[in-house]
Amino acid sequence: MTCNETAVLIHALADRELDVVKSAEIEEHVRGCASCEQAQADIHRLKSLVHDPALRFIPPKSLERQLRSALRREVKENARAQSSWWRWSFVAASVIAIAAVAWAIVASLDRQSANEVIAAQIVSSHVRSLMAQHLTDVPSSDQHTVKPWFDGKLDFSPPVKDLTQRGFVLTGGRLDYIDNRPVAALVYQRRQHPINVFVWPSHGDAKSATQASVRQGYNLIRWTSAGMEWWAISDLNLSELQQFSQFLQE
Amino acid sequence: MPEENKMVCFEQVVLPHLGAAYNLARWLIRNDEAEDVVQEAFLRAFKSFAGYRGGDSRTWLLTIVRNSCYSWLQRNRVRELTDPIDETSDEHAAETSSPESRLMQSVDVQIVREALTELPLEFREVLVMREMEELTYKEIALIADLPIGTVMSRLARGRKRLQAILGDRMGLQVKTKGGAA
Repeated sequence: MTCNETAVLIHALADRELDVVKSAEIEEHVRGCASCEQAQADIHRLKSLVHDPALRFIPPKSLERQLRSALRREVKENARAQSSWWRWSFVAASVIAIAAVAWAIVASLDRQSANEVIAAQIVSSHVRSLMAQHLTDVPSSDQHTVKPWFDGKLDFSPPVKDLTQRGFVLTGGRLDYIDNRPVAALVYQRRQHPINVFVWPSHGDAKSATQASVRQGYNLIRWTSAGMEWWAISDLNLSELQQFSQFLQE
Repeated sequence: MPEENKMVCFEQVVLPHLGAAYNLARWLIRNDEAEDVVQEAFLRAFKSFAGYRGGDSRTWLLTIVRNSCYSWLQRNRVRELTDPIDETSDEHAAETSSPESRLMQSVDVQIVREALTELPLEFREVLVMREMEELTYKEIALIADLPIGTVMSRLARGRKRLQAILGDRMGLQVKTKGGAA
């Protein structure tokens, strides 16, 4: 080992940063080299000079006090920031909730008014079908005749049920136009009471409860099932018409 | 961690190193603004305390203190930072102490203080960390973000420079004293 190689490692030796093998190598060289021995003595001397506790800067007592109160301020500020964050998120949540409720109300009003318009159209259509002797386009009591008749005339296939056994006789089918679209009108007869059933694909719920109403002396029942919107209208009494609607939904 | 608990924990784990933090900052900044810098460093440490995952809290704190000091030096445009030392230069010959600069047996602590203050930042910080804080090369390497080999060579060169400065001062002192006698 040469003096050059030792020059830096001798510092690591003095700092006790070398392993045993390396330490032994350096020490061996130093023992046989006067200038390195002198350098080593200087390093130790220098180390103890700089190590002198008198050279250390002691923090003033006030610094620790200042630090502690700065930390407390910081904690308080964070707590305030957090609580104001909670407050703001509460306000934001309230605004969103109010907006959602308002939207739901408006949407349901919209739906109601849309249903009002449809109901009016249904009544007109029902009355017209009776006036003009144009109750059916396809007069048939056979569901297997009525159902295929709609093919190619509508973009959907309306469910057609034969309820003759239950006292509601299928008399035929007809095309009609409700709510800005062509729809299927199925015509049933209960004793002397014709029943018009309007069917078209529903946009909203796949299934919903029946709603009954009376317009110009006619009973109307509306429901959705199997993805279809159903409206039944007749001068038949309400309980029998409701029974009829149950049969159709079975 | 709730803020209150965090503070109690911080005061127990980190605050005890205030002495080391202040000493390092004071030696790096070389004036009383070290107090402000230490306070800033502790607040920074507190903010990132949630990210501290055990390990040596002193090394962790001193890294933040050193960074704060360097930011201060940068803000105040201390020339040392724009004038970095040459790591590769071989100052061995120049820094080898001449017989004239051999250390006297007794050296006034005030002279050592002045000599150390004069030393370039890069040498001063490793010497302060090694001799005053008794940090290992590995810890110094972590704090100063240097390879361990560089820590070792900076210590060696720093000591040679310090010895040279001390030699000059002592010679001057001896001459002054001699002249007065």
